[in-house]
Amino acid sequence: MENQNHLFETTVAPGRPVVRIIAVGNAGDALLGALAPAEFAGAELVALNTDAAALAASVAPVKIHLENKLFRGLGSGGDPDRGRALAEEQFSTLKSACEGAHVVFILAGLGGGAGSGISPILAKAAHEAGSLVLAFVTLPFECEGNRREAQAQTALEQLKSAADGVICLPSQKIFKLIDENSTLIETFQVTGGFLIEGVRGVWSLLTRPGLIQVHFGDLCALLRDRHAENAFAFVETSGPGRAREAVEKILTHPLLDEGRALAESDAVLVSLSAGKDLTMAEINRVMEQVKRQCGHAQLVMGAAADAGLKEKLCVTVIAAKSNAPASSVTPRMENRNPSAGSAGHREATAARPRARRPGAKAVQTQLPLTIITKGRFDKSEPTLHRGEDLDVPTFIRRGIALN
Amino acid sequence: MFDDSNIIAGLEIGTSKICVVVGEQNAEGLPNIIGLGQARSRGVRKGEIVNPEQVEEDLRAAVFEAEQMADVEIRRVYLGVSGGHIRGFNNRGVHPVVSADREISPDDVEDVVKNAKAINLPAENTIINHVRQHFYVDGQDGVTNPVGMLGARLEVDMHVIHGHANRLQNVIRLVRATSLEVDEIVFNGIATSLALLSGEQKELGALVIDIGGGTTEYVAYSDGIIRHSGVLAVGGDHVSNDLAYGLKVPLSRAEKLKLEHGTALPTEAAKGQTLSITNELGLELKRVNVGHLQRIMALRIEELFQLIAQDLEQAGLTDYLRAGVFICGGGSRVPGIVQLAENVFQMNVAAGHATAVSGLTTALDQPEFAAAIGLVKYGSLKNRRRAARPSLVSGLKGVFHKMLPRS
Repeated sequence: MENQNHLFETTVAPGRPVVRIIAVGNAGDALLGALAPAEFAGAELVALNTDAAALAASVAPVKIHLENKLFRGLGSGGDPDRGRALAEEQFSTLKSACEGAHVVFILAGLGGGAGSGISPILAKAAHEAGSLVLAFVTLPFECEGNRREAQAQTALEQLKSAADGVICLPSQKIFKLIDENSTLIETFQVTGGFLIEGVRGVWSLLTRPGLIQVHFGDLCALLRDRHAENAFAFVETSGPGRAREAVEKILTHPLLDEGRALAESDAVLVSLSAGKDLTMAEINRVMEQVKRQCGHAQLVMGAAADAGLKEKLCVTVIAAKSNAPASSVTPRMENRNPSAGSAGHREATAARPRARRPGAKAVQTQLPLTIITKGRFDKSEPTLHRGEDLDVPTFIRRGIALN
Repeated sequence: MFDDSNIIAGLEIGTSKICVVVGEQNAEGLPNIIGLGQARSRGVRKGEIVNPEQVEEDLRAAVFEAEQMADVEIRRVYLGVSGGHIRGFNNRGVHPVVSADREISPDDVEDVVKNAKAINLPAENTIINHVRQHFYVDGQDGVTNPVGMLGARLEVDMHVIHGHANRLQNVIRLVRATSLEVDEIVFNGIATSLALLSGEQKELGALVIDIGGGTTEYVAYSDGIIRHSGVLAVGGDHVSNDLAYGLKVPLSRAEKLKLEHGTALPTEAAKGQTLSITNELGLELKRVNVGHLQRIMALRIEELFQLIAQDLEQAGLTDYLRAGVFICGGGSRVPGIVQLAENVFQMNVAAGHATAVSGLTTALDQPEFAAAIGLVKYGSLKNRRRAARPSLVSGLKGVFHKMLPRS
């Protein structure tokens, strides 16, 4: 094992995929700026924007300016249709930007003009150029308004059909993590930070030589057709109890809904990487706990040793949920009342500095209700008879299909 | 002024129509229907008034028509009431006979009836009608007149129909506003059964179902007395509404479809057939599936019968209705409804006609007027009782009235 490891470490690049990280729009640009270049050595960073001024300020070595005279350099003005039209117009530019890359990461904030409009087209272009496409996107805060939310959702759908995998982070989730006094900048840093952790996790997954390899194909297979929100977490621990600490961190990770996302997901990818001293026991300890949480989900596991990490243990968890309604309640119950075996988990939550809300938040499941208008009886007192509203047509209440 | 004491008018403010029936009491005290007035009701939903002004207007029109036809002036009416808030239940009153010889006196009867009426109602409710059932003397069942019998313990069952006081007052006030005096309010179900059932049928046991526009009333008789009564705030309007929803047509169109193509029993032939709805120029607007229409309608009516059957089953009356079920009201005009009711109740069903009264056949033949005709009959019974044999109470009342003459 030791030997093999050594071999991998000395061999640079040939087996490794060429990764290109393309940031779209202002939000994408900001995310790109927050990436620590050192960690992504070997990745090619590209910034893509309609706003000339913002592009000029970008740190990316390669900049692509999508321009139309009509915009007068002012960007797409928050209109995704404009962004899309522009991207379609310059499809060949986008395609050539992706050429030669094995993997294209798209970083974008959905909801605006450029991010929502261009990203799906870029994904398509990258796909046509023969790359595998993985998109990392944020969804707007709820307070940003319905229109942005709707635009973001539309774009997300398009992106899902165009890209091989989409990892999305609804910004609203961040609200749980920030305190009252967080400034706007801090908030965006936190949001960006999480997304970048995700990028880093996937990056290390792909680029670090693995003892138990997770191929990009595995990743795509995991994300494909599971087009709900993919929850992901990246944790880093060190020290003697690092495996246990990592488990604690995963199970209390806010982006995984404190472990609940695992219970609800139907496919989970776990990738561990550590220094050469990574032991099987550690892997086992992490996996066992994750497995316990995720019930019936399909589990994909990868492990890598990287001398550069020294004492550190990095764990990336990606939980994908299909569009079908939430899974059974049972695993959630287990989560709430940890069995004797997961005593460590309980200690962990108790020891965690951030106070956990009392009792796990009940998940609101959705009943297949349609609102039935009562026609002329809409405003009158309902005719209730043994709990049934007799004003509602009989054939509806009895669920009789007319065909 | 001419004497109008033998003129009795029944007024029913229904969901689909307001109708007034005028009867003349002959020398034997039997009513004879001489006039009929009706108007489309526009201010009532599910048997309860939602737009008083509209109702007042319609009411005046109906009264006017009836007055014209009968050539009398209507001053006082027996008012029929209905609505989902009305409930009926049985209560038993007990009275120990204390006299030395243990003979039951009329006073004892009075007391036991008073005890039976003393019931716990919700604060906002008031009694509409109470109907005496049978007496029990020392547990002996089926005594109709205990006066003169010997016993230590006298009991009586009372069927009490009560409803929301304010809602009942609303109707009464409205009628008074049109300068009509309300003699008495009567639960529509009781009125209908008076019009429909003969004494023999009551004795055998019968169920009367009055399917109106917004409500359905039902009353069950056996051994000659009312055993059970109830109201469901479901009626023809619900059928129209279901059709409007299910076929996606406007309510007025649904109403028309119901009348023209409605049935209570879906036919095989209608399956998959379509009807085209045209506008006034004959252009096709929409096609409606007749099979769906029939099914939606049948399901609603079937459910209505099932709910009533369930209620009777709970009251333990199903086996006592030997004369069968009588259906009246506008709903009884639905083709196949008798067959459907027979399927649900598993007993004889007939579309009821107001046979217990004589008079205009045009009025008597219409199942919609049963309640109003019954109100006239109710009035005539009251009059007769008052005239013929004054009971102790009315006798006493009479004494007081004589002592305090109304100027």
